[in-house]
Amino acid sequence: MKHARIVHEGVAQWATERDGQLLFADGNLAAFDAVTWLPPLEPTTQPRTILALGLNYADHAKELAFKAPEEPLVFLKGENSLNGHRQFTRRPDGVKFMHYECELTVVIGREAKKVGRADAYDFVRGYTVANDYAVRDYLENWYRPNLRVKNRDGATPLGPWLVDATDVPNPMALALSTTVNGKLTQSGNTKDMIFDVPFLIEYFSAFMTLRPGDLILTGTPDGVVDCRPGDVVVTEIEGIGALMNTIA
Amino acid sequence: MSLDDLRTVYGTLLNFRGELEALGAQMNEPPYGAPPKAPVLYIKPANTWSRNRAAIALPAHVAQIEIGATIAMVMKGPGEVAGYVLMNDLSIPHTSSFRPPVKFKCLDGFLGIGDTLLPAGPEIDPARFRLEVRINGELKQSVDFAQLVRPAAQLLADVNEFMTLGAGDVLMLGIDAGRPLARAGDCIEIGAAGLGTLSNTLVAEAAS
Repeated sequence: MKHARIVHEGVAQWATERDGQLLFADGNLAAFDAVTWLPPLEPTTQPRTILALGLNYADHAKELAFKAPEEPLVFLKGENSLNGHRQFTRRPDGVKFMHYECELTVVIGREAKKVGRADAYDFVRGYTVANDYAVRDYLENWYRPNLRVKNRDGATPLGPWLVDATDVPNPMALALSTTVNGKLTQSGNTKDMIFDVPFLIEYFSAFMTLRPGDLILTGTPDGVVDCRPGDVVVTEIEGIGALMNTIA
Repeated sequence: MSLDDLRTVYGTLLNFRGELEALGAQMNEPPYGAPPKAPVLYIKPANTWSRNRAAIALPAHVAQIEIGATIAMVMKGPGEVAGYVLMNDLSIPHTSSFRPPVKFKCLDGFLGIGDTLLPAGPEIDPARFRLEVRINGELKQSVDFAQLVRPAAQLLADVNEFMTLGAGDVLMLGIDAGRPLARAGDCIEIGAAGLGTLSNTLVAEAAS
């Protein structure tokens, strides 16, 4: 099932998809463009851990003139960075290169500590789509990619749906694409990840306990282009959803 | 603002003059190429949080860990500091600062958090903070927060230029060079006037 977190009539609540509309628990329906979408996540009492991968597709690593990493290149993000479907992300004044990154995102469902790859999928609640914008003008070689590039307010749209893991039999074979103003600029497939989802869960849970609601953004393939104010960016993953964002 | 309601905890690298001096010309060499321009931050996620007096487990493959004694600002809201708290930001020793230090800094329990919030106010000047680190009672490090590259207010302003620290978010002021090392069995105490003492004992992780 596809779940969305929606502000409807002033209240944040869950909804599901029903025939191209949102169905609420009280039986009411609403159009997708009549509501405010939040990241499809249950609030957590402690801040959720948001892990994000860099250079996790061989072609993207090549594009960026780095050799493929021997172990995951991971950075953390704060919740300030998250944003909903159909929202706006600000391009800072005067920058030359701000690009989207379409990423399959894992939502952890159970506490995971020292989990082996054979059991890793048992710890997944579901999947969603992230657009992990980067402002490359601000890259520095200290804890690269540094937070000024990757942790800007509202610069990580997430959604629209949380799709139950049981509805995604093979997350490692999903087509992935991005359009800017309707024109295809990025296409790839999750089968080309260097470190796949079971590997990542095993790798992280070996040294840090993952908890329900934690996120793993699994990286993006090549085809990133500069986005300007007014551009409508749709990052889409087969069977997971099409996440829309407008550059402000 | 209660210390039970913390949100994202950010650490700050290279905000002590002693850290910059220790790196010296290396900052202009590969892979860095230049000294940092913006504040260099990292995140200590919630799995790392340890209370005052909690035991902190060291994995079997880690013989020694580095103590990152500091004082952090706890935010009341955007641009507004609620108060200050002691922190013990533990790391597996590592030399490179090129990539985010997740596997060195984000192990379970690797952030001691003090239980005293010193409320912010006009009479509190973070540049006057001093802290002392003791291992098993022996003084190992004294830290003078007059030696910050960006004083607290400047650090906060420069971070807010690119991201908003909201209620409960935390920003460490920095960790000076000369960080003591400790091993399983050691009791680490970090103390500062007005901020109490943060005490954590290191224990060897039980074999799994």
